[in-house]
Amino acid sequence: MKTLVWVEHDNQSLKDATLSAVTAAAKLGEVHLLVAGKGVDGVAQAAAAIEGVGKVHVADDAAYEHFLAENVAPLIVSLMGTHDAVLFPATTTGKNIAPRVAAALDVMQISDILSVEGADTFTRPIYAGNAIATVQTSDKKLVITVRGTAFPKAAATGGSGTIEAVSGEGDKGLSTFAGAEIAKSERPELTSAKVIVSGGRALGSSEQFHAQIDPLADKLGAAVGASRAAVDAGYAPNDYQVGQTGKIVAPEVYVAIGISGAIQHLAGMKDSKTIIAINKDEDAPIFQVADIGLVGDLFKIVPELTEKL
Amino acid sequence: MKVLVPVKRVLDYNVKPRVKADGTGVDLANVKMSMNPFDEIAIEEAVRLKEKGAATEVVVVTIGVAKAETDVLLTARAMGADRGILIQTDDEIEPLAVAKLLAKVAEEEQPGLIILGKQAIDDDSNQTGQMLAALLGWPQGTFASKVELGGQGVQVTREVDGGLETVDLKLPAIVTTDLRLNEPRYATLPNIMKAKSKPVAKKTVADYGVDVKPRLTTLKVVEPAKRSAGIKVGSVDELVEKLKGLGVAK
Repeated sequence: MKTLVWVEHDNQSLKDATLSAVTAAAKLGEVHLLVAGKGVDGVAQAAAAIEGVGKVHVADDAAYEHFLAENVAPLIVSLMGTHDAVLFPATTTGKNIAPRVAAALDVMQISDILSVEGADTFTRPIYAGNAIATVQTSDKKLVITVRGTAFPKAAATGGSGTIEAVSGEGDKGLSTFAGAEIAKSERPELTSAKVIVSGGRALGSSEQFHAQIDPLADKLGAAVGASRAAVDAGYAPNDYQVGQTGKIVAPEVYVAIGISGAIQHLAGMKDSKTIIAINKDEDAPIFQVADIGLVGDLFKIVPELTEKL
Repeated sequence: MKVLVPVKRVLDYNVKPRVKADGTGVDLANVKMSMNPFDEIAIEEAVRLKEKGAATEVVVVTIGVAKAETDVLLTARAMGADRGILIQTDDEIEPLAVAKLLAKVAEEEQPGLIILGKQAIDDDSNQTGQMLAALLGWPQGTFASKVELGGQGVQVTREVDGGLETVDLKLPAIVTTDLRLNEPRYATLPNIMKAKSKPVAKKTVADYGVDVKPRLTTLKVVEPAKRSAGIKVGSVDELVEKLKGLGVAK
């Protein structure tokens, strides 16, 4: 089987989410990549260096700079004449584009796969991860999104893919990019961090969220996350949200501070290797999944912990 | 401008899903079913557009069992939708087939905007809006946290992995809702009573001449591996020791 993997990038650098999708694709067959964007020579070079990669299709066009689904989907559809499967990392970019490709190909997409059981059979989470379904497709072509935490990352070096320029229909004239507010942070990215410190509603305010969580995260070299309740209350921005509808994470260590542990939150972090919970309510559901728990007032515990580390 | 809002009847948000012992799926017998929470946000947004004078009519459509009429179409009308369409079926309809049916409804209704929830909390597919956009050849503003209608188009602020992104879309367009677009109003009892007089057109899947045969077969459904509770430590010092043991603190 020939597979095509959507390369996640920001026109400057290739994102790690790509590497997990490559691992999933390699279980199906030959791995080709697609780099669509503007001024993406560097990304294409990085893509070609991923271990086990064959062809790297590069579509360099202003119409693809912001990955608008209206422009990118027809490009991918045009490459599906020569590929049997297309896989996207289950990022907001992948989730936006993949179904548009699937419908154009008259294929029922398989979302957020956790494993490859065979050439047409996959597992995927349903009901916020409260159940795992094994599904088999009868479609001739496959359109798949891949949960990053479920597959190891392919090696970023050691490959010798061949770069080949492709072009599509360019701008379809349906949509334009108007701007973005992308958070700049010195901290590791949430979905690839080894350690995450997450805050919940118990922080009480945006000021306290940053005053308590940020110094501890800095001490641990951690990324900062938040529960949906904290994001809804405005204590933390939306891109911090860990959970069913936010980011799915699986770090080595996840520190949950003032997070009660709603199902929606657990769905996003319960595959973390070690979970540490700090909460004043000893009956909070978070303690049912935590490896190490400390019951008490976070406003006393967190400063003391930060100090002692 | 008319706004079309497709909604889905799902296991209520507050009910813990139970996997059936025979591994065929999640038990939906005798449990509370409600409107998918993201779809409530979609209805709310459409009703607000009407209240602002930007939309003239809000039409809600659902595909599902007969009970969907009372479980979700009534709620949607009580929230402010003007009329409903029930496309009745007892079969499970996959997102691709749902999108095909909705494309037919869109051809009939000619809405200027279709607002959908970004995903349903049962199958968590996150596909239908994007698929519908593809079938209609319309632009899509997915995972919206802000929707502003202009003369010729709609500006949608999207929640993306890195933060927020804003796109300008030509009309007609598809919008899918994220959590923070709005806080849906409650369907109050008086409004539920009043909503009963708002019309519902009853259709069947066969009326639309669309192939809805499933492409995916669910071989089995199991519970995920359980995590067991660990230990509790009694002091910050003990926690520091544990963190050192894990190699994340010096």
